[in-house]
Amino acid sequence: MIVVYAITALLIILGMFIAMARGLRGPTLYDRILAVNAFGSLTVLMIAVLGFLMGRPEFLDIALVYVLINFIGTIAVLKFFEYQDLGRQSSYSRRPK
Amino acid sequence: MVAIVDFALLAGLAVWALGIVHLRSLFGAAMMFGIYSLHCALIFVVLDAVDVAFTEAAVGAGISTVLILSTLAITGAKLEVRHSRAMMPLLITGVIGAALIYASLDMPLVGDPSAPANLHVVPRYLQGSAAEINIPNVVTSVLASYRGYDTLGEVTVIFTAGIGVLCLLGRHSRKRSRRRRE
Repeated sequence: MIVVYAITALLIILGMFIAMARGLRGPTLYDRILAVNAFGSLTVLMIAVLGFLMGRPEFLDIALVYVLINFIGTIAVLKFFEYQDLGRQSSYSRRPK
Repeated sequence: MVAIVDFALLAGLAVWALGIVHLRSLFGAAMMFGIYSLHCALIFVVLDAVDVAFTEAAVGAGISTVLILSTLAITGAKLEVRHSRAMMPLLITGVIGAALIYASLDMPLVGDPSAPANLHVVPRYLQGSAAEINIPNVVTSVLASYRGYDTLGEVTVIFTAGIGVLCLLGRHSRKRSRRRRE
């Protein structure tokens, strides 16, 4: 069983390198945003697989927190991309009540 | 098997660092830095330092990405490309890096139970923490009780830094949005 986990881990690392190549070379911004998202998901998968590979699957909940943290970064990037500014209020909160 | 995974992850970290240095888009580099931190956190998890990994992910991938992006928003994302090759800084960095690697050869291995750092107070913490603090996790009892003042100092520093950042960024945007309303 541990061989299966190890092969999975290596394949995930391979996927990480592919996402990395797209993020570093990516000609447009959207390539980079997608690469960041894919890499975050792969990190979470990697933590999950590593937990089972090393016989300590207690850290699965930490993987979930990583998803949330990665999502904050993605939201900041998208907001910057949309408004060129992070402190600006969104159109939703500026709507008259 | 675990060694192969470790090696692949470390190689990935080196590829990230070199790739980010060669990136010519500041916005792209800011995003890639967040992912670099996530990769660092992954390596910390592999090294069983889950709390450090947690801090690295929260500060490196979450907060510092937001901070770098807001800096870009205030200062503007323009980069002056210089084509000259500086050999002297490369040489100095190479020599210092080689010296650091040479010095690390004398250090005890990671997790070596006979290392001096693991013989000083660690055995006492490991044996006494269950009876004295009554928390099953020794790391928690060291951070929150044995080194409680230390942790309080760290929290104070981080809290002050947070207030400083809020003063710098929050006042700026509030003034601008007030001007917009007028």
